[in-house]
Amino acid sequence: MAGVLPADAARENSRGALLAVEALTKVYPGGQRALDGVSLVVERPEIVAIIGSSGAGKSTLIRCINRLVEPTSGQIWLGAAEIVGVSRRELRRLRRRIAMIFQEFNLVERLTVMENVLSGRLGSVGFFASAFRRFPPQDIAGAYAVLDRVGLGGYHDTRADALSGGQRQRVGIARALMQNPDLLLVDEPTASLDPKTARQIMRLIRELATERRRPALVNIHDVALAQSFADRVVGLKSGRVAFDGPPSALSAETLTEIYGAEDWSQTIRRADDETEGRQ
Amino acid sequence: MRTIATAPDKRYPDVWRRRSLRETVTGWLWTAAIAFAAAWSVSALDIEWAFFVDAHEQALDLAQRMWPPRWSYLPVIVRPLIETIHIATLGTMIALVLSIPLAFLAARNTTANGFTWAIGRALLVASRSVNTIIWGLVFVAIFGPGAVAGIAAVAARSVGFLAKLVAEAIEEADRGQIEAIEATGASTAQVYLVGILPQVMPVLIGTTVYRWDINVRESSVLGFVGAGGIGLYLYASINQFAWQQVLVVLAAILVIVLVSEAVSAYIRARIS
Repeated sequence: MAGVLPADAARENSRGALLAVEALTKVYPGGQRALDGVSLVVERPEIVAIIGSSGAGKSTLIRCINRLVEPTSGQIWLGAAEIVGVSRRELRRLRRRIAMIFQEFNLVERLTVMENVLSGRLGSVGFFASAFRRFPPQDIAGAYAVLDRVGLGGYHDTRADALSGGQRQRVGIARALMQNPDLLLVDEPTASLDPKTARQIMRLIRELATERRRPALVNIHDVALAQSFADRVVGLKSGRVAFDGPPSALSAETLTEIYGAEDWSQTIRRADDETEGRQ
Repeated sequence: MRTIATAPDKRYPDVWRRRSLRETVTGWLWTAAIAFAAAWSVSALDIEWAFFVDAHEQALDLAQRMWPPRWSYLPVIVRPLIETIHIATLGTMIALVLSIPLAFLAARNTTANGFTWAIGRALLVASRSVNTIIWGLVFVAIFGPGAVAGIAAVAARSVGFLAKLVAEAIEEADRGQIEAIEATGASTAQVYLVGILPQVMPVLIGTTVYRWDINVRESSVLGFVGAGGIGLYLYASINQFAWQQVLVVLAAILVIVLVSEAVSAYIRARIS
């Protein structure tokens, strides 16, 4: 794994972490305790897969970090900046440093690919500039470069609703990269895609996070995919961290601990055969 | 008759009815209530039945007085006809501009708080509950007779119509697309602009064109209260018993209404 660059060092908090989640708890209005004291420290630009069964709190954890879901208690540090306690105004500034990729892509369907990609820059332009789509030349150049990088060169004027699922997710990734984020939050990026496209998308996310030396938190329900593409796996069970370690440490016992009893032999062997992208 | 090997199944009755006795009785009571309401309305209105006796003769007489249409009147009404369309178009455009902020104010998911929502809803109701012709009376009193009063009347009635339908579209907008824009750190105004407005664009365009079509029809009678357009000429012709002119005006109105309806249908069919 590549070491932390000096540029990243400035963004670390006092304990040297890029992201630190401390005793994060979320209780929904119905009384459901989705997160129950989750702590998680990311010190390197690594791909962290978050696994767990439905309802274990994976989505809530990711969404608490940029406060699309409002945490009940706990702290979240992005470098030296605390996220939970800040005002809406300060939150908007912090959100510009955190990019998110969604399961349902969440592109603005009736806008073009270019407009969607440039929406990643909204935080840096004013209202009238965004109304008339007047983005700075370096943003436009950056958008073309990012579209080339994700394999969508030439699609800039296509409307989002005319794209396939895999293409839409590539636009979602391009939009996230346009933020030049310090942290990537990825919420079930492959759940709406076929298996082959899912692997391509995971590979792309891995490559881009590695190229840019940024950490990524990836919710994923496919254990084999998580093992293939992650540097580290965090298992959630009933809102608590049940496992935190390298993919190689995942055993049938730990999977049973996270998900409950099942025959895991196929899952684990397949993952070992197809491990890729890791140095 | 052959019997099947099992014993008769007594779990189900022999006769099936769609409605229970209670539902049937309730149905008849509702029917009786509606019939009573209709009978009450007729008796309360003091209708002069004698007028019905020769109604067909009166209708035939009117038709004969209208025929043949006085086509020489047509050049006189060309300008007011065009003015009618201008009133409808300008009124609709003003309503469109005003309806966008009003729609965001009146939609639950974009309004600031309960108070602003109540203001938005109150403005919607005020605009919608007053007929265009009544708005015309009000604006003739303010601006004096003429097209300006007509434009204001059309705009005042249409803004609530447009804002109500757009506000409903905003409330139904896909949450995921909005969240994605919020997650980029965009300001609230930018989220509305980039995350919501494109989603409601088809509704915005569709209802605006549809409202324009309605406004062309409504503008044709605004002249009755002095608010400009062809209505003034229709009203004057009726008052002078110039029935042959009335037929020409009605025919002309029919033509522009048909054209506006065709344009509106064509545009709405092409929105995607």
